[in-house]
Amino acid sequence: MASTVFRALYDDDDILMHAVKKLRSEKYHIEEVYTPFPVHGLDKAMGLADTRIAITSFMYGCLGLAVAITMMNYIMIQDWPQDIGGKPSFSYLENMPAFVPIMFEMTVFFAAHLMVITFYLRSKMWPFKKAENPDIRTTDAHFLVEVSVGEDEEALKELLLDTGAVEVQVPKK
Amino acid sequence: MASHYEAPIRKPLVLGDKGYHNVSVDIARPVEGKANKQWWIVFSIALVAFLWGLGCIIYTISTGIGVWGLNKTVNWAWDITNFVWWVGIGHAGTLISAVLLLFRQKWRMAINRSAEAMTIFSVIQAGLFPIIHMGRPWLAYWVLPIPNQFGSLWVNFNSPLLWDVFAISTYLSVSLVFWWTGLLPDFAMIRDRAVKPFQKKIYSLLSFGWTGRAKDWQRFEEVSLVLAGLATPLVLSVHTIVSFDFATSVIPGWHTTIFPPYFVAGAIFSGFAMVQTLLIIMRKVCNLEAYITVQHIELMNIVIMITGSIVGCAYITELFIAWYSGVEYEQYAFLNRATGPYWWAYWSMMTCNVFSPQFMWFKKLRTSIMFSFFISIVVNIGMWFERFVIIVTSLHRDYLPSSWTMFSPTFVDIGIFIGTIGFFFVLFLLYSRTFPVIAQAEVKSILKSSGEKFKALRDAGKPLYAMPARGKIVEVDMNETEVHDAPVPEMAPAGASIGKLLSSIGSFDSSSQTPDDLKKVKGIGPLMEKTLNKIGIFSFLQVSKMTESEYNLLDSITGSFPGRAQRDDWAGQAKKMIN
Repeated sequence: MASTVFRALYDDDDILMHAVKKLRSEKYHIEEVYTPFPVHGLDKAMGLADTRIAITSFMYGCLGLAVAITMMNYIMIQDWPQDIGGKPSFSYLENMPAFVPIMFEMTVFFAAHLMVITFYLRSKMWPFKKAENPDIRTTDAHFLVEVSVGEDEEALKELLLDTGAVEVQVPKK
Repeated sequence: MASHYEAPIRKPLVLGDKGYHNVSVDIARPVEGKANKQWWIVFSIALVAFLWGLGCIIYTISTGIGVWGLNKTVNWAWDITNFVWWVGIGHAGTLISAVLLLFRQKWRMAINRSAEAMTIFSVIQAGLFPIIHMGRPWLAYWVLPIPNQFGSLWVNFNSPLLWDVFAISTYLSVSLVFWWTGLLPDFAMIRDRAVKPFQKKIYSLLSFGWTGRAKDWQRFEEVSLVLAGLATPLVLSVHTIVSFDFATSVIPGWHTTIFPPYFVAGAIFSGFAMVQTLLIIMRKVCNLEAYITVQHIELMNIVIMITGSIVGCAYITELFIAWYSGVEYEQYAFLNRATGPYWWAYWSMMTCNVFSPQFMWFKKLRTSIMFSFFISIVVNIGMWFERFVIIVTSLHRDYLPSSWTMFSPTFVDIGIFIGTIGFFFVLFLLYSRTFPVIAQAEVKSILKSSGEKFKALRDAGKPLYAMPARGKIVEVDMNETEVHDAPVPEMAPAGASIGKLLSSIGSFDSSSQTPDDLKKVKGIGPLMEKTLNKIGIFSFLQVSKMTESEYNLLDSITGSFPGRAQRDDWAGQAKKMIN
């Protein structure tokens, strides 16, 4: 890592939010924030871009719908059309009402699973993945902010302690 | 902060003087502690029931469906009754986690985890029945639309039974990922608390390396919301499609357009009753009364009362439509239900499902834990009878009076049903000992708005947080990821004894020697290796020189696993490593 970082640990989400806002207003660069639960408004305060995962889900849903239509059109209409209950299988459109349940289920199946897989991969989560939170207390009751150090190390130390950090971790010399 | 505001009139959802850390401790306690005697007793009973059911399933499959009580008139009975009953129970989980999420109901957070677990376990039970009923379960893959060796013989996408296959499997798998995604941060919490290496390994694996970055949480919340949006129509579709199994047929009593909404309401009704049954026990056994409060029980009772009333309306609508249709077969089917030989089943259903939930209009009754538990059991019995009534009484007197007959289950029918109940409880009991049974990350996120401690602070006009005493600066080695191993045991009486230990086994010179992988010695884990390294032991040579007195010194320094080194004979092992 080129730039060194300081890690400030906070024990309250409100203090964390104030600290993040303060750091940003003082033009410090926040590398990362680790929290034990979703702190609402933190992404905005950090200036994170909105997630686009819902859009991917919509596209996956469209894919699922297309797969369902293609599959049932091939199976029921093209490959082996049958006359079931006096309703011959000549056209997909006319027989479509019977296919709605599967079209719906496949849409949901694709949208849900592919979105979750996308989420796991984008956030680097899979079985046997090693966790990367720098301090184990961040899954319990502590909030950790990683700030890149500018020119003045002492000023940043002071600032972090002023914002209410209970502990500031600095690299060993 | 404004986002923590909640109207003072709302009762607290987390009782007691709880901060964030208390939540972790309370939720992790059942996982970290040992099972008590009651747990083992109940688990053994459930396991025996499960094994008995397994025996009955094996008997059915090896001998044939003829071992059930079916006959040529009643050719569908307990198997499908149990299937529908279990699928119905499976509805509450997704309803609680998805629909209540969309409605921003905070009280769902204490119960959604267990409700979803219940959903998954009961859908597994439900799924067993169609597979057993196939008679030749090894051919179960025939329900999948796959190219096959019979020419172009495909599955029939016009059949509600096939829709069911797709609906149930989509429901099961989507519920599973919804549940698991919510579990990741909670598994991570247990992982980071775990002290024993084995526990740490297991929970690291289960948590998929959850890290809790701000971006992860942002995506996590979005994913939860979208999944809830997808699961809401999904949960409604599942029982709708189950009801199509009956509604699209031309059997009087089944051929009813009201079935889809009526089945969905009934499913939510029975699902909430089962959640109630399980959680009333669990809050007691796992000491979670502060999280699953009487208010939660009361709210669930209200849902039970409302859905029970919807079910009651549906029963009456069915009767009205049968009369209004003017179809005498239809009319007879309903007359026969209420006054025929199965009158007892019909009136049990009516009493349990329509009358009993009406007690919940009284606040005293719906806030009584014992009474709620009793009603939840009654409702589950009633909902089983509902399915039995719909299925068996519609079949047993068909169009041909000469083939009218009764259905009586054999011990195999009963055994399989009991077995699925046993299997369900086996799964749920294992879950309650190994999983975080409350979504602790979510509970923490509402603690400041709905926790009793913070509500009291707000009411008193005090701030919700106090600036801590000025923190301290700590120097750490940032490149090492040692924090992910459990804290290294304190080395209190270090100094002198370390010197003594090293003088007898020789010290390690890092400039001329390379450290060995001490973990190769059986009994030395990553933790112990770290401890040894701290003391100054890096090589097999040093370990091999250890004798009784050095072991004792080591134990006194580390304070962990006394006697471990002797038992595993570290010195002997290390000697072999050198050679």
